[in-house]
Amino acid sequence: MRAVSNRFTLTSLAIAFVALSSGTAFADEVQVAVAANFTAPIQAIATDFEKDTGHTLVASFGATGQFYTQIKNGAPFEVFLAADDTTPAKLESENETVKGSRFTYAVGTLALWSAKDGYVDDKGQVLKDGKFEHLSIANPKAAPYGLAATQTLDKLGLTEATKSKIVEGQSIAQAYQFVQTGNAELGFVALSQVFKDGKLTGGSAWIVPANLHEPIKQDAVILNKGKDNAAAKALMDYLKGPKAAAIIKSYGYQL
Amino acid sequence: MLPGSADLAAIWLTLKLASLTTVILLIVGTPIALWLSRTRSWLKGPIGAVVALPLVLPPTVIGFYLLLLLGPNGAMGQLTQSLGLGTLTFSFTGLVIGSVLYSLPFVVQPLQNAFAAIGPRPLEVAATLRAGPWDTFFSVILPLARPGFITGAILGFAHTVGEFGVVLMIGGNIPEKTRVVSTQIYNHVESMEYAQAHWLAGAMLVFSFVVLLALYSSGKARSAWSGA
Repeated sequence: MRAVSNRFTLTSLAIAFVALSSGTAFADEVQVAVAANFTAPIQAIATDFEKDTGHTLVASFGATGQFYTQIKNGAPFEVFLAADDTTPAKLESENETVKGSRFTYAVGTLALWSAKDGYVDDKGQVLKDGKFEHLSIANPKAAPYGLAATQTLDKLGLTEATKSKIVEGQSIAQAYQFVQTGNAELGFVALSQVFKDGKLTGGSAWIVPANLHEPIKQDAVILNKGKDNAAAKALMDYLKGPKAAAIIKSYGYQL
Repeated sequence: MLPGSADLAAIWLTLKLASLTTVILLIVGTPIALWLSRTRSWLKGPIGAVVALPLVLPPTVIGFYLLLLLGPNGAMGQLTQSLGLGTLTFSFTGLVIGSVLYSLPFVVQPLQNAFAAIGPRPLEVAATLRAGPWDTFFSVILPLARPGFITGAILGFAHTVGEFGVVLMIGGNIPEKTRVVSTQIYNHVESMEYAQAHWLAGAMLVFSFVVLLALYSSGKARSAWSGA
């Protein structure tokens, strides 16, 4: 009797072991640092990615500059989806990434947005009229969309006129939050935050022409911690594929 | 590397914010602490709990509610707008309101302990000598509760200097208005300006240590804080 139960235990242990080890071989978890502007698209992509590949995607959201500091100090991220191309390039030159993995996964679109309908006209004239108290932008030193916003104001010759009205969020997510709660009448946000399937999800917006700022090329890169992770590689391939491309475009990004 | 003018402005603003907050808290906190130390009302528990809330709540909770409350659609925002003051988010006044809430227990609790430690006897004596309530307060309570006032003032000031989350959420990082030392350090770190970050962070460390050293070296003040 005892021998039987022992054999039974051993067999189930063996089955469990095989199941577990095959589990790690075919379905890995990948830790991804995601620029705040890409929050909604990556959540949509993650659902498909997990269904199609069996891998699991764990995302953290924040400002690109903040992620740089964390990665340099040993953060456990395996893939970095930045909001610019300079930060991933810098990490690459500092040997923090897997060589040859870097590519542009999306080109961002800047939008001047208000939570109020009809407040922002489609020429951005509202900026020049200056009848607002607060203009929200992301911290230009830490967030690429914030930098693009200051470049746009510069190009329009409005830097001085808007100086006393600018309020800064630490990431594009906070810049959006200030406008969304009505504390700032309008602000520069990522189009992806207020856009889905070809139209605005609410409020009014001016899509800032691309010639008013440097292109917001958003690069992805595999970090050293993800060197041997099959899921990291799979995610990079998936982002280059047609399914992800369709989702990325639906949020107003260029490819 | 010496601090730039932006850093000096942040230090100046922080001192201004902490001083003003401390003065307001001593004025507002004294009657609350006096009431809490004397009352037998069933409200003592609930009010005491509300005062202590900022001790346990994450600053993000206070910041989030203030953002909604002070905003144009919030109750406070509607009030300030109807008074012609506009909204208070992204303003120094808004930060003062946030700081008063955030540092409230750090002033009220030492005061409450100090008032309770006086006991009923000196007040009874004052009453038999026909001292009025104001006279009793200034001639008896105030001198006897002095350590509590010192502790409350030091802790309220220091805790406001160390405030970060609330300012980050309702401040908007505006130079000379809402950019304080703690958020300026965050800016430097995010922008990879580690030398400037070190300078300010080191100054904060020294400041905090000196404040606590002063507090813990003064026996009377310490006993008021710990309630002994």
